[in-house]
Amino acid sequence: MLELLFIVPCLPYAAALLFTLAGKRMPRAMTALIGAGSVGVAAAVALWISAGFITSPPPGRHYVQHLWTWWRIGSFQPAFALYLDAVSLVWMLVITVVGFLILLYATADMWAEDGYRRFFGTMDLFIGSMLILVLADNLVLLYLGWEGVGLCSYLLIGFWYKDPQNGYAARKAFVMTRVGDVALLLGLFLLFTQLDTLNIQELMTRARQTWPAGSFTPMLAAGLLLGGAVGKSAQLPLQSWLVDAMAGPSPVSALIHAATMVTSGVYLIARTHVLYTLAPPVMFATAVLGAATLLLAGFSGLVQTDIKRVLAYSTISQIGYMILAMGVGAWIAGVFHFMIHAFFKALLFLGAGAVIHVLGHERNLFKMGGLRKQLPLTFWTFLIGSGALSAVPLVTAGFYSKDLIIWQALASERGNVAFWIVGIIGAFLTSMYTFRMVFLTFFGPAKTEVRGRIGLPMQIPLVVLAALSLAAGFLQVPPVLGNLPAFADFMHGALPATVLAPGMATREGLFTVISAIVSLWGIFTIYVFIIGLPRFTAWLVRTPLGDRLYRFWLDGWGFDWVYDCLLVRPYVFLAHLNRNDGIDRLYQGIALLNRLGNRGLTRTQSGQVRWYATGFALGAVVIIGLAVFL
Amino acid sequence: MTLAWLIIVLLSGGILAWLTGRWSAAGSRWVALAALLVDLGLAASVLVRLPVASALPLDGVSGLAGFDRPWIAPLGIRFHLGVDGFSLVLVLLTLLLGLVALLAAWNTVREQPGFFLLNLLWVLAGTLGVFMALDLFLFYFFWELMLVPMYFIITVWGDTVGRHQAAVKFFIYSQLGGLLMLLAILALYFAHGRHSGLYTFDYGQLLGTPLAPAAGMMIMLGFFIAFAVKLPVFLVHTWLPDAYTRAPAPGLVILAGIMSKAGAYGLIRFVLALFPGPAAAFAPYGMSLGMAAILYGAIMAFAQRDLKRLIAYSSLSHMGFVMIGVFACNQLALQGVVMVMLSHAISISALFILAYAVEARTGTRDLERLGGLWSTIPRASGALLLFCMAAVGLPGLGNFVGEFLVLIGSYRVSVPITVFAALGLVTSVIYAVWIVQRVVHGPEAGKRRLPDLDVRETALAGILAAMLLWLGVYPQPVLKVTAAAMHAVQEEAALRSPAAQTDDATAAKAPMGFPAVEAAGWFKRGGQP
Repeated sequence: MLELLFIVPCLPYAAALLFTLAGKRMPRAMTALIGAGSVGVAAAVALWISAGFITSPPPGRHYVQHLWTWWRIGSFQPAFALYLDAVSLVWMLVITVVGFLILLYATADMWAEDGYRRFFGTMDLFIGSMLILVLADNLVLLYLGWEGVGLCSYLLIGFWYKDPQNGYAARKAFVMTRVGDVALLLGLFLLFTQLDTLNIQELMTRARQTWPAGSFTPMLAAGLLLGGAVGKSAQLPLQSWLVDAMAGPSPVSALIHAATMVTSGVYLIARTHVLYTLAPPVMFATAVLGAATLLLAGFSGLVQTDIKRVLAYSTISQIGYMILAMGVGAWIAGVFHFMIHAFFKALLFLGAGAVIHVLGHERNLFKMGGLRKQLPLTFWTFLIGSGALSAVPLVTAGFYSKDLIIWQALASERGNVAFWIVGIIGAFLTSMYTFRMVFLTFFGPAKTEVRGRIGLPMQIPLVVLAALSLAAGFLQVPPVLGNLPAFADFMHGALPATVLAPGMATREGLFTVISAIVSLWGIFTIYVFIIGLPRFTAWLVRTPLGDRLYRFWLDGWGFDWVYDCLLVRPYVFLAHLNRNDGIDRLYQGIALLNRLGNRGLTRTQSGQVRWYATGFALGAVVIIGLAVFL
Repeated sequence: MTLAWLIIVLLSGGILAWLTGRWSAAGSRWVALAALLVDLGLAASVLVRLPVASALPLDGVSGLAGFDRPWIAPLGIRFHLGVDGFSLVLVLLTLLLGLVALLAAWNTVREQPGFFLLNLLWVLAGTLGVFMALDLFLFYFFWELMLVPMYFIITVWGDTVGRHQAAVKFFIYSQLGGLLMLLAILALYFAHGRHSGLYTFDYGQLLGTPLAPAAGMMIMLGFFIAFAVKLPVFLVHTWLPDAYTRAPAPGLVILAGIMSKAGAYGLIRFVLALFPGPAAAFAPYGMSLGMAAILYGAIMAFAQRDLKRLIAYSSLSHMGFVMIGVFACNQLALQGVVMVMLSHAISISALFILAYAVEARTGTRDLERLGGLWSTIPRASGALLLFCMAAVGLPGLGNFVGEFLVLIGSYRVSVPITVFAALGLVTSVIYAVWIVQRVVHGPEAGKRRLPDLDVRETALAGILAAMLLWLGVYPQPVLKVTAAAMHAVQEEAALRSPAAQTDDATAAKAPMGFPAVEAAGWFKRGGQP
């Protein structure tokens, strides 16, 4: 049944193609059926394949399906070939299953919008490309998926294209991620030039054989790939596009800018982890970037007024955790957090989307409130998602995944106390901004009238994702709570286990308790600020320091301003300065000289005999002079 | 003989179409269509018979289905045509795009349609000759034949404003380049004659003519400048924005799609193969010019207000990849150049056709006055988006394969140039999304109903898109045909370049005295494969 693998990416691609070819005549119901249905079938096939993969693993615990060779030039023969192992399997399942749930939700959420077919076409194209990205067996094909999802992200951020603001957000996302993509591409060039292949597994084998750990070339290569990863995964210093990307519809934010595409960077690092282990300084840099990002985004999330921007900063922050995990060699923990994060963050975005839906496109947190009673289902599922995001101990999945990262940031041989402290502060911030959002949205007095209702296609995904956000954590239970490392066992072979620093293994219990307390304490703190002492909070924000910090965080630490001054404005200015192509001046100059010469000579032809006689005489003098003196 | 027929059919078809055009415009179109289809069939038959490992010069004399007759015997001028995989692919491309141009012109050219078709078919005939000529004098003849009808196409059917000026500019630039090439051809002719006693213009004979370094460099530059103008290369590109802006869409399919590829073809066939040593010495400069073109073109494109002018500068930007690939001169880069040539020909044609479609409907191509077309003409908008993404180098479309191969090949020759050229992938996104924003997205520029692409236009865009997609996901059939030819070029260049002639590695490093760049490790010649 593994032979069916190619069907998984083909189905959404086929649907996208169908939408492209079909004219306007296709009715909405049919669009919905094909758009979501194709991904649903793909999810079913993916589940079926996964079941087969788990029950009877293929030899070597990986499966390669060669479709066709892209090109053959000497030894360079990249193929359209799919590679399935535990890592790509997890990603494939998340993409198809969560993707299907989100598309199901979208059939109702987007029903009233123009461009229904365009929406589903692009979403399906995205899912197909994302699947190619994670299933690719070589880096060229991975790059195809990588750029494909970038395009879809661009198109969907700008889905409501009539508003130039959305177009701006879309362009920003495309250009900023493309900067990272160039780094990735250069990494590909370097790897191919040095190792003469771009097949990922072959590359890893050759890298290990060729390069000693800590030598320069793998560092450069890993660093360049990291550049691609930070662009796509919205990490420092290329993070600011993701916040503006919230201009797109909620299902887009849920699927592309939370659950799947933005985790491509994490996937890339996990996929090429051998390269990173050969480059310890780059791993350290990765961890530092992840840690810094999670902290910065956490603070920014705390002050946002737009519910989706809170979630966007939260996504940046949570991916920061994953990147931190990659940096300290906690590969499995990072992948596990990716999966859990996909569940609860998709849930939160869909929940937020439902709120926005019934409030008539209202996204300001301070105009919401009291929705607990009116939207009970949304409230409870959103609460579960928030609990998972805040890592509420024991019951939520986020606790198991995030705690694992925070713990290994300390306990791994590449970890240290600073990473742990950042992780704990981040966890505290996470609880605060998450429940600030919950309290402002669902508690307190109602401020905006509820107009729409949430149909069954929107409710089912919320419930399923809520269930996953609760239950999926039990796939990986730490030793103190019963020790059930099912997920780690499954990953075994595809990713190495974290190497713990000596003497750390026994202390996990203590640190688990600490992070559990921090999570709950964060919720309590924000409860005091928002519900208990709202006046104090308002005063705090109005103090000079508070006000300055508030604005600074609201603007995302001024990154956009810096880029605007250093890059955007100079580029636009220079481009417009030379709009008429200065080089052409040179040629125009030649043309002008010719014309002047022409005019000068024309003047001499005046028809006056004395001028001609003078010219004649002068010419004769010159010629005779030449003849005499030379 | 088939090769001669390829040209004869087009020349006579052109005259026939012109004559028919006096009675019926529709009739002349069908005549032109028939001529092109016959030619396409002939070219396909050559393709079928082409051996896999064909490369010019086959046995030092002639390509497959070669046609070789004395023309002006006393001067050693022969009418010698021949093809290898590389030229044949370009011949096929020329005919396919000729069809596209004909379809684009189908009922949009209303003024003297018969005379237009005469020019169209003659320019195609000239181009085919350029791709097939194996005699340098004959090559020059076709090179000029290509130019004159194009001048007429711009000056008669171009924009009402500025077309004459643009046509004259185009003509003077090309003519000056052509003049330099003629001088270079004559210099080579005499150098070869003096050396061997055999005065001939035959390509196969002239290969490997020993030249003093300085003389070789001068002659090489003569050829180079002619091709550089046609491509165009940065610094001699300034005819391009005017000509591309003013020429009519079907003419642009030829001008931007095919004639620029004649420049690229010349660089590979003549500059690299005839002057391996000087070409190797010039490589750092050639690649730098390419890199500069990529960035300069893209930045200029972003600043334009006129949609066609924007696309024109994007074309300059993409031709930079050709320059880099040609002078990187390894198998990856050269095959990449082939892919860039084919894909760019397709995507630029589509962009100009769509720009015309937009202009014909909205009455303007001013980016400040366009916008929101997605809600009025979705099909045209979707197509425009797709071809903008091709310009960006989106994987899955042919342009990506070409640019990727060129860059991965040039990486082994010069890392810094590759890095800067790769930045072109960012700058190209900037202008491409700007087109999308200004034409497709944004608020509607006017509340009016416009007709979307009709069947003919949809078919055109669809065919071009399908070709681009095919080149993007399965370019192997094309690469297989051109592989042997590219190998031969590379070997020719490697065999006779100074680097190969001296065993001393240090002498090989600075053959023509560019120690600074080479010593810094910026440039490495060759690099297998």
